[in-house]
Amino acid sequence: MTTVDLADPPVTNPFTGTTGLPRTSEGWTQLVTPDGRLHPEVDADRDALGRLTRDLYRGMRLARRLDDEAFALQRQGELGLWLQCRGQEAAQVGSVAAVRADDYVFPSYREHAAALWRGIGPADLLRQWRGVAHSGWDPEPYSFHIYTLVLAAQLLHATGYALGVQRDGSDTVVVTYFGDGAASEGDASEAMNIAAVNAAPMVFFCQNNQWAISTPTASQTRTPIHRRGAGFGLRSEWVDGNDVLAVYAVTSAVTEHARSGNGPAIVEATTYRMGGHSTSDDPTRYRTDDELKAWRARDPLARVEALMRAEGWSDEAFLGEIQAEADELADRTRRECLALEAPDLADAFATVLADVPQLLREERDAFVAYRASFLD
Amino acid sequence: MLTLCQALNSGLRRAMEDDDKVLLMGEDVGRLGGVFRVTDGLQKDFGEARVVDTTLAESGIIGTAIGLALRGYRPVCEIQFDGFVYPAFNQIVSQLAKMRARTGGRTGLPVVVRIPVGGGIGAVEHHSESNEAYFAHTAGLRVVYCASPDDAHWMIRQAVAGDDPVIFYEPKRRYWVKGEVTPEDAGPPLPLDRARTVRPGTDVTLLTYGGTVATCVAAAEAAAPEGRDIEVIDLRSISPLDVATVEESVRRTGRAVVVHEAPTFAGFGAEVVAQVTSRCFYSLEAPVERVGGFNLPYPPAKVEEEYLPDLDRILDAVDRVLAA
Repeated sequence: MTTVDLADPPVTNPFTGTTGLPRTSEGWTQLVTPDGRLHPEVDADRDALGRLTRDLYRGMRLARRLDDEAFALQRQGELGLWLQCRGQEAAQVGSVAAVRADDYVFPSYREHAAALWRGIGPADLLRQWRGVAHSGWDPEPYSFHIYTLVLAAQLLHATGYALGVQRDGSDTVVVTYFGDGAASEGDASEAMNIAAVNAAPMVFFCQNNQWAISTPTASQTRTPIHRRGAGFGLRSEWVDGNDVLAVYAVTSAVTEHARSGNGPAIVEATTYRMGGHSTSDDPTRYRTDDELKAWRARDPLARVEALMRAEGWSDEAFLGEIQAEADELADRTRRECLALEAPDLADAFATVLADVPQLLREERDAFVAYRASFLD
Repeated sequence: MLTLCQALNSGLRRAMEDDDKVLLMGEDVGRLGGVFRVTDGLQKDFGEARVVDTTLAESGIIGTAIGLALRGYRPVCEIQFDGFVYPAFNQIVSQLAKMRARTGGRTGLPVVVRIPVGGGIGAVEHHSESNEAYFAHTAGLRVVYCASPDDAHWMIRQAVAGDDPVIFYEPKRRYWVKGEVTPEDAGPPLPLDRARTVRPGTDVTLLTYGGTVATCVAAAEAAAPEGRDIEVIDLRSISPLDVATVEESVRRTGRAVVVHEAPTFAGFGAEVVAQVTSRCFYSLEAPVERVGGFNLPYPPAKVEEEYLPDLDRILDAVDRVLAA
């Protein structure tokens, strides 16, 4: 049995060019404190870092605006359901921005901020939740698979995709998102094991948002999720998921690690789901106001705003521009949502198999004739 | 002459030669050639990247096959025994079967799931099950059974070449039965989704598939000297179901018996009876009968012969429909 040194070779910090990622006394990587101070080891070109920070902030701000608008649309009866990503914008934008545009992403179902970053528009993001389709977009142009609702199933799809990438001799890396709840599914363990055994080029990105609907992480797992890497043979990192620069640095480091043929990695990003599980949920039944208040103080957007202020990377004009862009996105979200129309059920019969077999054809024709008998 | 097992092996070999995107994956399919040796020698000839010994995880096998198919591959998965497929149920039913519909018809998944099926080989529990009804009930899957070496060879090639997920059942008690395989230049004998009349007759139609096809033919032969002319139809594809062939036969004979190994209660035979009854009602001379397993967990090997439909139980049902 060969053993793997999971820290070898060391990863490269994109902001310092040095090996290794700075860890706080808590053991995770944090580059910006909640009050917006930059870690002393970060000595990247400040102009470049400022540009990156502004880009990431823009992605987060736009995602939050879309998220808020979608939430309102649900409350107004225009969406059947919505799952807010509020609070998780840094984990999502920081990670998706750190990988190449052709690195293939398998999301769970709350990765709206990551999807938006990849260019998936409001109509595509909302159609599933308006109840007019089971999925939103064609994955190919975005290298971003459709949402998966039965949790952790997508981790195996991502692993299989990575095995294909490996066979193709491509240098694509596959990134898959899951949560602290999904980590308990058997498929999650099977996927990490299969990926490790095959040294698959992939990153398992866990957004530990503290709650799986009403079940807290403490009832879900006895040890931190990132520690599972050691058991399966994955490179492991733990990052402050509300620190967009830290998420970016960690994801960038492990993605290049995987791209270089060093095998898969797991990242646990500690973050917080500031909304309910879904618009049908009532989080006041299981969590306290104090908890919510404490996490509001760690809001990932506020942290970047404080950093940009402190470093002189933002001014009124920049913030005004983004606000205008966000408002425009909100208008577009509403417009595109209201324009989404229900499909014709008769068309579904042609989407089950590559052809329409006799019995299905008969059923469709009978349904169409029956329906037509009510017209006029 | 090839055994059904060898015919599958030659069919898989041919499928891999025809398309280098075809991969075989499963527990022990490589070095060992599978516990039934269906994939014997293929890893040696095609390499470990195309004949993959997977981890012992059925959900993992199907889930990663889905990912490989999304990447452009055509995985052929082996589930080692019928009773081992349940850990993969979510990946088959919620993921594999639904991808085309979920994507509005855009993304089909050409994944074949081979399952050695059924009893009659004296196996321990969970190694003799007939679970086809679960999959036939699931929109988006093709569910087929080979029952002869010829069908084994050609149907596996057709399943691999098609663009839909296929649950491909191999009746394990027929693995070692020999038969001729239609030569290459004569092409596939039948489309994948067509039923076959394996024995023509005029008095009653036996509708069956998989391990009980041979039993039905034997029953028909045994009844012939008594002047009973029994037609036997091998359904081959239970989903989609070739209702045209079934309907033509039963309208002609006016009597039908459905035979399968699975428990009859809510078994696939119930669907066949419903189709026959509504399509052939005015041609029927007797209620349609079913012969199958009892509504029990599959019994211990020493009593499985009593559980499985045999020649006598089939002829008993034939007597009932002829007496009506």
